[in-house]
Amino acid sequence: MTALSARSARPAPRRDVVRERRTWLSVPVSYLVILLVLALTLAPMLYMIVGGFSTTAQLNANPNALPHPWVWGNYATIVTSSIFWQAVSNSVLIAVVATGLAVALGSMAAFALSRYTFRGREAVYLLFVAGLLFPLNTAALPLFLLLQQVGLNDNLLGVALPEAAFSLPVTIVILRPFMRAIPGELEDAAIVDGATRLRFFLRILLPLSRPALITVGILAFVTSWNAYLLPLVVFSSQDHYTLPLAVANFQSTYTQDTARVYAFTAVSMIPALAIFIFAQRKLVGGLVGAIRG
Amino acid sequence: MARTQVSPAAAGETAAGARTPRSRRRLRKAVELSLLLGPPVVLFVGFVIVPMIFAAWYSLYNWSGFGPLSDFIGGQNYTGVLTGPVFRQALEHNVIIAVLSVVLQLPVSIGLALLLNRRVRGRTFLRLAVFAPFVLSEATTAVMWYELLQPGGPVDAVLKGVGLGGLVHYWLASTSLVLYTVFVVATWKYIGFGIVLLLAGLQGIPPELREAAAIDGATPWQATRAITLPLLAPTIRIWIFLSVIGSLQLFDLVWIMTLGGPANASTTMLTYQYINGVQRTQFGYGATVSVVLFAISLVFALAYQRYALRRDTAGALTRAVM
Repeated sequence: MTALSARSARPAPRRDVVRERRTWLSVPVSYLVILLVLALTLAPMLYMIVGGFSTTAQLNANPNALPHPWVWGNYATIVTSSIFWQAVSNSVLIAVVATGLAVALGSMAAFALSRYTFRGREAVYLLFVAGLLFPLNTAALPLFLLLQQVGLNDNLLGVALPEAAFSLPVTIVILRPFMRAIPGELEDAAIVDGATRLRFFLRILLPLSRPALITVGILAFVTSWNAYLLPLVVFSSQDHYTLPLAVANFQSTYTQDTARVYAFTAVSMIPALAIFIFAQRKLVGGLVGAIRG
Repeated sequence: MARTQVSPAAAGETAAGARTPRSRRRLRKAVELSLLLGPPVVLFVGFVIVPMIFAAWYSLYNWSGFGPLSDFIGGQNYTGVLTGPVFRQALEHNVIIAVLSVVLQLPVSIGLALLLNRRVRGRTFLRLAVFAPFVLSEATTAVMWYELLQPGGPVDAVLKGVGLGGLVHYWLASTSLVLYTVFVVATWKYIGFGIVLLLAGLQGIPPELREAAAIDGATPWQATRAITLPLLAPTIRIWIFLSVIGSLQLFDLVWIMTLGGPANASTTMLTYQYINGVQRTQFGYGATVSVVLFAISLVFALAYQRYALRRDTAGALTRAVM
């Protein structure tokens, strides 16, 4: 409900007619500020992308000149290198497992915690919510100690499972109010028609919760995709490196070859930005829902 | 529980005896609940709670990662961490970053959110652009800014180009500057997230309130101060909470850009842990840092909960406690 209300709450265009007075200066100043913010946000990323078309010699001679001539070599070597694709596939594999688990188990928990009454329900909820206090980074070393005990060190699952677990709190916090807001009459009707509650959950509640599920899915995916410290501690072999590790590693390996580092950095931005552009409305809408509660 | 009376499955079986359907329903509910809650609780306890217990246990030992835990040293690791000058310095850096976020980043975010909440042209694109750095990994962000901030690199060249050559510094190599450089980069990455949160909060404020104030002759600034900001307070409090927790666990940006250096000038609690726990394979000692970090986060959260979030109905933590 909350994510829906975010969309419907968009201000009506009429509103500006009765809007408060504006001084003649405020409009140009606003645009100036906006342009400045835009430049500060986008310029560094554009710089990496364009710089990747230079040679290191050009960059050393004049860091702020456009590439002359534009060379494809840096990008070509990266896109054909196994380091890059290995890292991408590791990242994808881990993120898919982590996201799938977080969304599946998180929605089960949110269902139980929103539509059943039982003793200790709030205590269980509080247990999950307390997880919000501890981002994944704080637990990297303790997780490493645990994974060593259970033999999951240097294993993709050793990263995916903790990431899923650490995504559960935010998943449940977003899904519970959403599921709670779905009218009880629907559930009663389903049960009158002979459905069990689990069937109601799978066939009716989950499809209705799709917008919220997409939001929590994206959040879990992005968290996993960007994680750095946990994989750094857990993976000892470079074959398992995820994209963030590969980027950092590439930079320290090719310190002198600036243009190549630019190109690798630029390419590694593409997946995250693509997901974001594809999903930004959902993501933003979900965050709105999360804070409105 | 009106639904219990209409459940046809139960109604059909009532004939079997007065007690059976109720206990059967109860059993069924218990089975359903354990099916639904069992897996998530196991995952959560296994990978969030158990590691904390592990950390607390290992923190009592001198352990280098090989062989059994045998060298029990009691609270010695804790004295080592808490009295060590470098750890204190690291904690101080985390606190400085947190305070700077609240004092500098927050007002800027509020200002930009207010601006973006107006009907300016290109608003949608602008929101998208401002939010984009948030989805980049900290690792990519750090590599990018490391390159941009190299001496004689792009940032310096831009400053010289616009006649501000006097501002050029060793951004990442100066012990007095490096922490602030890290803060600026963190701001670049996270400000969009704050703006989106605040915009969400702003959209929840009915425009009629401001309109009424405007009709009554309030200036835009008065309306903002007396109406918008107070109504935005719950969102601001959540932002502060997330920002402080984030500042306490800062690692990726710092580690890739500076390794906590030069001369510990940008070290944080987690880079301290990485150097002294992981790299030197003093896992007992590293686990101690984790426990201390957990404790600091918890104390902050409880205090904040008690003094700041108490009145909000919007905060998830608050809702859980109520």
